[in-house]
Amino acid sequence: MFYRENGQFKTSYASDAQIFPIRQDRWFMLALLLVAFVGVPLAGSDYLLRALLVPFLILALAALGLNVLVGWCGQISLGTGAFMAVGAYAAFNLMTRLPGMPLLLALLLAGLVAAVVGLVFGLPSLRIRGLYLAVATLAAQFFADWVFAHVPWLTHDAASGSVTAPRLQVLGLAIDSPVRKYLFCLAILCVIALLVKNLVRGRKGREWMATRDMDVAASVIGISPVRAKLSAFAVSSFITGIAGALWAFVHLGSWEPAAFNIDLSLKLLFMIIIGGLGTVMGSLFGAAFIVLLPIFLNRLPGLLGLQVSTSLVSHLEFMTFGVLIVLFLIAEPHGMARLWMTAKNKLRLWPFPH
Amino acid sequence: MGFFLETVIAGLMSGVLYALIALGFVLIYKASGVFNFAQGAMVLFAALAMARLQEHMPWPLAFLLAMAIMVVLAWAVERLVLRHLVNQEGVTLLMATLGVAYFLEGLGQMVWGDDIYPIDLGLPKQPTLVLQQWIPGGILVSNEDLIAAASAAALVALLTLFFQKSSVGRALRAVADDHQAAQSIGIPLSRMWVIVWSIAGLVALVTGMIWGSKLGVQFSLSLIALKGLPVVILGGLTSVPGAILGGLIVGLGEKLAEVYLGPTLGGGIESWFAYLLALAVLLIRPQGLFGERIIDRV
Repeated sequence: MFYRENGQFKTSYASDAQIFPIRQDRWFMLALLLVAFVGVPLAGSDYLLRALLVPFLILALAALGLNVLVGWCGQISLGTGAFMAVGAYAAFNLMTRLPGMPLLLALLLAGLVAAVVGLVFGLPSLRIRGLYLAVATLAAQFFADWVFAHVPWLTHDAASGSVTAPRLQVLGLAIDSPVRKYLFCLAILCVIALLVKNLVRGRKGREWMATRDMDVAASVIGISPVRAKLSAFAVSSFITGIAGALWAFVHLGSWEPAAFNIDLSLKLLFMIIIGGLGTVMGSLFGAAFIVLLPIFLNRLPGLLGLQVSTSLVSHLEFMTFGVLIVLFLIAEPHGMARLWMTAKNKLRLWPFPH
Repeated sequence: MGFFLETVIAGLMSGVLYALIALGFVLIYKASGVFNFAQGAMVLFAALAMARLQEHMPWPLAFLLAMAIMVVLAWAVERLVLRHLVNQEGVTLLMATLGVAYFLEGLGQMVWGDDIYPIDLGLPKQPTLVLQQWIPGGILVSNEDLIAAASAAALVALLTLFFQKSSVGRALRAVADDHQAAQSIGIPLSRMWVIVWSIAGLVALVTGMIWGSKLGVQFSLSLIALKGLPVVILGGLTSVPGAILGGLIVGLGEKLAEVYLGPTLGGGIESWFAYLLALAVLLIRPQGLFGERIIDRV
């Protein structure tokens, strides 16, 4: 009833090419941003911001980065954790070795370092495809785990590679309270999401999608698979590198290489598959699902008034997690983003579907 | 010289065990096109079942019971998961098996307990000295490893015989070659999947027994699947001989690298060496040593 585009005519190329062509979508987005930037910081408790929203935002960013590679360019990667680790340790070294390094610049440079590492580990993708590539990307994961635990220079000779983030500060404002951390992460996520959205709508995104759908056909019509694949690896690692630095600095505070192990990589892959491959929305939905689910499952017995031992809870958590993932894949293999699209299409005709 | 040979032998023996894990992956991938990430969880589950059952009965009986459990499990996976995901993309299936892996890890530890349990197969623990007359000092060979390697080899031989000579084996090979063609000549696809997951369950059980008797059965057992992955891609996803040879190459390479390169690099390189080795081979042969050639059609 309210969600209709009748009467909204496109009279210029600019209006035809905008991200949200429907006016209601623009209003919705604006309202959402308003709630996120103003409403949540005012109303949210510290626990909500610190334990739920900050991890959600950072993991959504990482998922978005992975989605560029897997969802848009079709190269499966199981080594995301490695690129996050590279970003985290690069930012750490930049901040501690170069005094006076501004945080934002350090994040940007950490992303660039991760992008270079991503390029190197993306080189095999030119020869190897599909599941072979997926396993090959694990090489990055285990190699990074080892490097950060065994090369003392990278961690300032800290035992077992555990380090603590320096004090965070942007333009003279210290990022110390949960509200500020939340706003900082939110701002970065918004900027990068906008960048990704525009990137995938443009020439580069079309190259990636053509390569994903069939790389031989793509190269026949003049798309260089080398450039398409490597640029996807670079952009993806850049974003995951920044996410890794945020995860380490803002969320964890002090960390060791195990914080970026294969478990994290698999969780990120879950996020984009459950959320929806090749969609910005999907990365956010998936991250929300994977962040909230364990917390919900952990609290469920308490909410139901059951007395359960902690080990049983953790086993049940594993089981429920597994079952839900399988159920989700069976019920909606295209992810939550597809559900969102379906709901929107239904809403256009509601309440008179004729 | 003696030390070098000892390293080689130890490497080859752990290689046999890697080959066993890789075999579980290859069998299922060949028959159903599913890259089964749950193989490690299956190893853990089977080994836990075996270890706990063995507390109440002699081990051959426990083995049979655990095998029965793995068959039920195979049936459940086919019925509840795979059947609903026919024709999905490879990565979706991979994620589904990850879901199965999480479920099995939780279920296994909930039902069977989450401590470290021993599996005692009555294997001799003392190593023996061989070749004393040729090499000064002789070579120390672990009897336990020797028996483990022999039983793994026997299992592989048995499986090869089953695949090549029995009618079920022939049907399985037909399914592996072409699902649709196999179905059109009357091979029941879903039953074949149950059979092949059961066989993978058997392989998981044997793997779990051998590793479990060496290290004790505990949660970390499910991580040995990660040791099998480079072996699989090194040998080729679709090749049983590839899995075996790949296992031997990885086992050998890993031990040699750890002994001769490890000290210079700072140790612990076992965790990634196999992956880099596999990567190097794949750069030359993208389908692995024995995998089917990947042909692109436009």
